[in-house]
Amino acid sequence: MAFIPHTPPDVTAMLAAIGAKRIEDLFDEIPANLRVKSLAGVPEELNEMAIGRLMTERARADGAPLNFIGAGAYEHHIPAAVWAVTTRGEFYSAYTPYQAEASQGTLQVIYEFQSMIARLTGMEVANASMYDGASAMAEAALMAVRANRKSKSLTVLVPATVHPHYHQVAVASAANMGLKFVELPYCTEEGVTLVQSLKKYDGQDVTAIIIQQPNFFGRLEDVDALTDWAHERGIFVIAVVNPTSLALLKPPAQWGKRGADIAVGEGQPLGVPLSSGGPYFGFMTTRMEYVRQMPGRIVGRTLDLSGREGFTLTLQAREQHIRRAKATSNICTNQGLLMTAATIYLSLMGPQGMVRTAAACHARTRELVGALTRVPGVRVAFAGPCFHETVLVLDRPVAPVLKALSERGIHGGLALGSYFPELGPALLVCATETKTQADIERYAQALGDVMHTARAA
Amino acid sequence: MSNVPADLKYTKSHEWVKNLADGTVEIGITDHAQHSLGDLVFVEVPDAGRVVKAGEACAVVESVKAASDVYAPIAGEITAGNPQLANEPEAVNTDAYAAWLMRLRPAPGAVAAAALMSAADYEKFLAAEG
Repeated sequence: MAFIPHTPPDVTAMLAAIGAKRIEDLFDEIPANLRVKSLAGVPEELNEMAIGRLMTERARADGAPLNFIGAGAYEHHIPAAVWAVTTRGEFYSAYTPYQAEASQGTLQVIYEFQSMIARLTGMEVANASMYDGASAMAEAALMAVRANRKSKSLTVLVPATVHPHYHQVAVASAANMGLKFVELPYCTEEGVTLVQSLKKYDGQDVTAIIIQQPNFFGRLEDVDALTDWAHERGIFVIAVVNPTSLALLKPPAQWGKRGADIAVGEGQPLGVPLSSGGPYFGFMTTRMEYVRQMPGRIVGRTLDLSGREGFTLTLQAREQHIRRAKATSNICTNQGLLMTAATIYLSLMGPQGMVRTAAACHARTRELVGALTRVPGVRVAFAGPCFHETVLVLDRPVAPVLKALSERGIHGGLALGSYFPELGPALLVCATETKTQADIERYAQALGDVMHTARAA
Repeated sequence: MSNVPADLKYTKSHEWVKNLADGTVEIGITDHAQHSLGDLVFVEVPDAGRVVKAGEACAVVESVKAASDVYAPIAGEITAGNPQLANEPEAVNTDAYAAWLMRLRPAPGAVAAAALMSAADYEKFLAAEG
């Protein structure tokens, strides 16, 4: 892409045209005491050669570990075509263009993305994407408060089995809007939210409940029972779903008798590399009747004056460039580039490819759990089915074990101690289709060695 | 020239107010307002039972180019939102004075306190607004 800097004569000419002497004069209205003179902690600039070298060194420090961590970001195979196509000049922008309709190709990609996400979730309408899964969940809570007009309490039930980071993001994004997030306990034997535990909310004004499937522990919630419980009480159901899992699991539109009201999720598993945590993208879907309460933008298909098919931004009147402070959201975006990658990923995989990938993830995880629990001192935390993650409990502190595994080039999972201390020395492990039988044996062997060595010492 | 019926009262934010026989008032947006907005695609009306202050945003009219709040001209309790508009928002464009948005029971003294204009004053206001 062309990078067009202003030359000193350009700057001089522009300043002369508006009658300003210096660029600083343009910022006169900002009082001197509010201006930042220098940015503490930001190092001096580096030239391209130096920065290239620094980044290569940093990347090398990551190494190429064998990764068994999931917990919200999942390592999947990404066909080479995905990023080869996504990084073509025609697509390589992070954003919807400002003169949107001039870029029919971009709009068509967004339209196809929306259609695929709607198909995957079974929901009636999807938006053009969100920042990430966590912010999509926070936006869903705000949307539920707008859409569920019968409820006045602004209370949202959040099971402890929802990703703890998502819960934190929701509190940070929405607490100042008056929303109250109430955490629900989980069953420590099964690692799921029990409908019986919701009894205390009978007769109370609750606006919405969030249900994550599979939940943070990788376990499958009884989504039908939870959804029906909520709907019988006029409570909105917000589904947080893993897109890969939807190839096998019941789509949120079919949960219970009526289906979820809003379904959101993290899109990273669809062709986006782990990339040290981002950028990722979120997706958001709902019923047609709530479409005007949904944040973000939507591309529609229509006919032009000559009767030819065309694509257009629709329902823009609720967006911030028109409605300003009263927009449905002022903190959302269309993650154009990542959404493009996901669209290409889904087109390449097709429904059968998604089913095979999801089935392989599930099978590898079962093999992993089988291999690791044969190591003395390792057991499964919860009874019952999981998708591609599960919680293991060790007979000793987790951190030293993970450190020893790391020294052998294995990321052994996420230690849950700081999130769920009641589980004891617990470890969340994940295997996707990227792991071979040999990888799993290598992990089990290393874990056996580490545990045995520690016992001997 | 906009249609401004003589028997209604008006606000500076382009709502009209009609007194009903039962002591409640009917509220809509003026012909001038619907014309400025263009074709309406969605109208959100308040639920009965909601208590509003004068000047409080309590309905939304959305056209293809803008979404605007409609303000309660008088403090009181909403007695009805017009259910017809959920499926027929274009009724406001067809006849802005037939397609009422909400009915409201004014709070005691609220009518006297409300800043309402006569039809003649509203026409002058429109002319001055250009």
